[in-house]
Amino acid sequence: MQGQVGAMAFTLATSLPDIHMAAVEKGELVVKTTRERLLTLLTQLRDDPRYRFEQLMDLCGVDYLSRPERFDVVYNLLSVTHNHRIRVIVTTDETTPVPSVHHLWPSATWWERECYDLFGVVFSGQPDMRRILTDDGFEDFPLRKDFPLTGYEEVRYDVEKRQVVKEPVSLTQDFRDFDFVSPWEGMLTLPGDEKAHEVRQGIKRARG
Amino acid sequence: MTEFQNAPDRSVETLLKQDIPETLLPDQQVEGGAPRRIVEFDSHKLNFGPQHPSAHGVLRLVLELEGEVVARADPHIGLLHRGTEKLIEYKSYQKALPYFDRLDYASPMCEEQAFALATEKLLGIDIPERAKWLRVLFAEITRILNHILNITAMGLDCGAVTPALWGYEEREKLLEFYEAASGARFHANYFRPGGVARDIPTELEDRIGIWSREFPAWIDELEGLLTENRIWKQRTVGIGIFTSEQALAWGFSGPCLRASGVPWDLRRSQPYDNYHKVDFKVPVTRQGDCYDRYLVRIQEMRESVKIITQCLAMMRPGAVKVQDPKFAPPPRAEMKRSMEALIHHFKLYSEGYHVPPGATYTAVESPKGEFGVYLVADGSNRPYRCKIRPTGFAHLQALDELSRRAMLADMVAVLGSLDLVFGEVDR
Repeated sequence: MQGQVGAMAFTLATSLPDIHMAAVEKGELVVKTTRERLLTLLTQLRDDPRYRFEQLMDLCGVDYLSRPERFDVVYNLLSVTHNHRIRVIVTTDETTPVPSVHHLWPSATWWERECYDLFGVVFSGQPDMRRILTDDGFEDFPLRKDFPLTGYEEVRYDVEKRQVVKEPVSLTQDFRDFDFVSPWEGMLTLPGDEKAHEVRQGIKRARG
Repeated sequence: MTEFQNAPDRSVETLLKQDIPETLLPDQQVEGGAPRRIVEFDSHKLNFGPQHPSAHGVLRLVLELEGEVVARADPHIGLLHRGTEKLIEYKSYQKALPYFDRLDYASPMCEEQAFALATEKLLGIDIPERAKWLRVLFAEITRILNHILNITAMGLDCGAVTPALWGYEEREKLLEFYEAASGARFHANYFRPGGVARDIPTELEDRIGIWSREFPAWIDELEGLLTENRIWKQRTVGIGIFTSEQALAWGFSGPCLRASGVPWDLRRSQPYDNYHKVDFKVPVTRQGDCYDRYLVRIQEMRESVKIITQCLAMMRPGAVKVQDPKFAPPPRAEMKRSMEALIHHFKLYSEGYHVPPGATYTAVESPKGEFGVYLVADGSNRPYRCKIRPTGFAHLQALDELSRRAMLADMVAVLGSLDLVFGEVDR
């Protein structure tokens, strides 16, 4: 299995010009490409009899706040014919659209709507760009890393107005974000803990 | 009183003239010919749910109807959105696990399994044999639990009340097994990264064994109520047909995909835990209608019983979690004596463990289909991103395609056959 995936990574990286990185990560095939080349690559992955990824199982965003192009858009494809999976990753920022793949896999529509709803990633060519999961009238993008867990607004039913009202969040107690990495700031391996840390990182094998 | 007098004229005649389009008013005689008769299709929108019992939770379905025919179905989801993925980013890996019970509350342990497997993959740990068997055993119990609920609820939607009553009795037995193993009937929190929470009580294996011998007869009884039932077949055969091409393109998985004729089961093709050691069949049907999805689920229950029997036969006593105190808590008795064990326990339940950077998409065959977790770790003790790939999301999305030109009454049969749980769809 491992060898097959490796061989496929090699074939992909050498035969398709649209890929700028192919790797095997934990036995899973990961491919990175650019927004411009995404559609040709995905079309090829779907239609080429060697790959035949019939199903788009998942599409999601990941936010890396510190990068200039902060979002990863991740496509998880599955081939039922050949029994293999591939992960295609493109990057984007808040404003640059990623080409929509809803005409390749109709199931992409909702995944793209979800990605837009939670991250604010825009997909070009997607006719249905409504929000999907968040509340009516919600404006922010909740899964971004700079969006606080508690949010900005809370909703309650006002008995006097006899309607649901939105108010700024008021917390009776400050949000407690425990930072277990301190007390020695930035020191991931504490003195005397080196051996356990190596085992944890998989550098050394655990006993037994 | 004066107000009343000034109110607009509400007599029947005026109202009739206002609200009804001219075309629907009584036919008028046209000069020199047959009476003019204009037929207008009564096209209107209907809000199905979110409180309708056959909406299976909180689905708001906007139906555009032409008479009684569905022209367009537009599901509105998100009414049960609780921000699970965001919450998980703020919890340690152990604390993130219970959220998975609350996603698909009809099949909790299978969801836990996806997260546990993903975390184990990133940690690079392998769990003991008995833990794997326990996971397979309880995943199959979960599958039966889920299928009983789905089949009987679908029956209820189509007017068959008896299966639901019988089903709840049978489910109760299974939930007792859940309770005996984990202490909870629904939100089990039993499969953990590194094994399972604790070993099952000694007599539980026998109890499950006795149940597994009796259960096939119950499936026969259930089938006696439904499979050849004329009303049931009229409501489901040929309703909501999906071809295998359509099912693949729309991202179907699980029983819904197999009903459309694609022999695909992750337990078989990408086995996890101990599924490669058990012998079972993957039921596949060809029509892809509601009746076939029902048949596949019935057969899967029979196969699950077989797997349970094999698990019980092959399970041996042994450890049920990884023997590494960094990932699994030490035994309580040891904590009373050993300082190191106490420290490990404290560190594990406060800080948790740090997962090396990496990402994985790990999927399991949950009773509803492929349930995946895309887990990104950044080396800290909390997941950087945990994307949950719900099964019902893809199935519900195809509802428009599935029910195009169907009758309104068939919508409930189609919805029931898709096996939706909104805890999972909305996350």
